[in-house]
Amino acid sequence: MTLIDLANPTKFLSLTARVLPWLTGATAIFLLVGFYQAAMAPDDYQQGATAKIMFVHVPNAWLAMFVWGVMSVAALGTLVWRHPLADVAAKAATPIGAAFTFLALVTGSLWGRPMWGTYWEWDARMTSVLILFLMYLGLMALWRAVDDPSRAARAAAVLTLVGALNLPIIKFSVDWWNTLHQPAAVLRMGGTSLDKAFLIPLLVMAVGFSLLFVTLHLAAMRNEILRRRVRSLQMMQASQQAA
Amino acid sequence: MSLGPHASFIVTSYALVAAIVLILIGWIAIDYRRQKERLRELEASGVTRRSGRQATDI
Repeated sequence: MTLIDLANPTKFLSLTARVLPWLTGATAIFLLVGFYQAAMAPDDYQQGATAKIMFVHVPNAWLAMFVWGVMSVAALGTLVWRHPLADVAAKAATPIGAAFTFLALVTGSLWGRPMWGTYWEWDARMTSVLILFLMYLGLMALWRAVDDPSRAARAAAVLTLVGALNLPIIKFSVDWWNTLHQPAAVLRMGGTSLDKAFLIPLLVMAVGFSLLFVTLHLAAMRNEILRRRVRSLQMMQASQQAA
Repeated sequence: MSLGPHASFIVTSYALVAAIVLILIGWIAIDYRRQKERLRELEASGVTRRSGRQATDI
């Protein structure tokens, strides 16, 4: 099945129906193993057990940016290739990305209080992630404000691509400015600085949360396709009644 | 397993993640049922898709 085949919503729904049970199972397995490994991970020599917050904070922070990246590709799909499912993908991803970003902010705050002595600091990393969260909320409001999905899609695509400029700022904020937030420990030049005892549970959790995103995203896309089918049938019904 | 003096921060973080993930799952599942229900109602009222298939067909 090619990308062109998936442009047909009916074929996409059929693929989703086949794939979703497997994805749900894989997500559950990875998350269960990840949570177990996180519980069993040793205490950090400086942070003690508080380092366990990393296993939920970091995957959510990665996904906060990754989901916006997915939405940016979908935005290009809407504006450049006019792929019929691109705006469905973008719209369905928005609330999921907002949830991951919210979790990254709150778990980061809960990690920061015992480690830095404060829940919040207006530094570059935290502020840029807060801006990302506000952009997610703005996009959700935009999708709800415009009734016609194709008009909403174009406006949302432009806003998404403008918002993508924030992604490198978030990633490199810890290198460009003085910040309380620690620099990258996993994805960095010269390899990871994390010990295997922390790295393996973190990667398992990252895979688990990524699978969770894919599962929820496909399910939300399926819902959006059905919602559009409802809308077009309601319009047909209204025109039949008017005739 | 001892979570040390900052146990409340750790437990709150994990509980919050679990709660938000469950809310997301619940919201998507309810939305799916709602759309299927609307399609069933439209089908019952006699509206058909241009392809001739039933509204609830995937």
